[in-house]
Amino acid sequence: MSKPEYVYVTYIETTADTLWRALTDGDLTERYWFGNRIASDWTPGSAYRFTNAGSPTVEGEVIVFDPVRKLAHSWIDRKPEAAGESASRVTFDLEPRGKVVKLTVTHDELGEDGRTRRSISGGWPMVLSNLKSLLETGHVIEIAAPSCSAKDAA
Amino acid sequence: MHGACWNGRRSPSLYFRALTCNRLVAYYPAMDEVFKALADASRRSLLDRLHARNGQTLNELCEGLAMTRQAVTKHLVILEEANLVTTIRQGREKLHYLNPVPIHQIGERWIKKFERGKLAALSELKRQLEKRDE
Repeated sequence: MSKPEYVYVTYIETTADTLWRALTDGDLTERYWFGNRIASDWTPGSAYRFTNAGSPTVEGEVIVFDPVRKLAHSWIDRKPEAAGESASRVTFDLEPRGKVVKLTVTHDELGEDGRTRRSISGGWPMVLSNLKSLLETGHVIEIAAPSCSAKDAA
Repeated sequence: MHGACWNGRRSPSLYFRALTCNRLVAYYPAMDEVFKALADASRRSLLDRLHARNGQTLNELCEGLAMTRQAVTKHLVILEEANLVTTIRQGREKLHYLNPVPIHQIGERWIKKFERGKLAALSELKRQLEKRDE
């Protein structure tokens, strides 16, 4: 087992049930994930897909669906810039800690370089901050969607 | 597999205080912990090392540093308690990861939507102009 490349942790004042819904319900992901809606029948082995304004952005296969504890799915970036990149894997672990839930996001099995790797290091902290804001305050901070272009040009 | 981060050394009540003044986002750990953890050059250099290469063991982090192993351990505990470093166990190894989520939350607190693009442009300009120093 190779070691994971990225491990992100945030503590959110919410319940595991609410956080689980926020990770798996397209109406909610659209609000904190920069307009990306997730959809799946949520059976291990079946497909899931993120769409933004109707266009697929990320898709893959549901690997683990263990409500309200662990969700894992593969991650294939469908943006044209990422064409040809192999699938990586994202795992969400939820651990209730009193009034908060500890959310650990692990992104591993990444290819050596490419758009996915570059967008992760900027993307997850933004998505997790937005998720935390939405669940704790009912709204997200209005920030522009992340862009890799500045980094790519450098 | 994920676990070690919250080690129970501190009273949990510490983590349940501090709502921010205007947005009611609760910070766990409290934002004070993050600023204190960042206010030390040795700890920032450990974060730099993890930024360069994520998922290092204590031994790897100590390599080539002028700090003792004990000092590195002490700094890592402070960084973990501030949630700036997260750890996982893999086999017999404990791996350390940079967790930039609290730093992002600091940014969000003071940077407005329309400033973000300009600040990114300024950072990039500064980076380009200072390239020789990297």
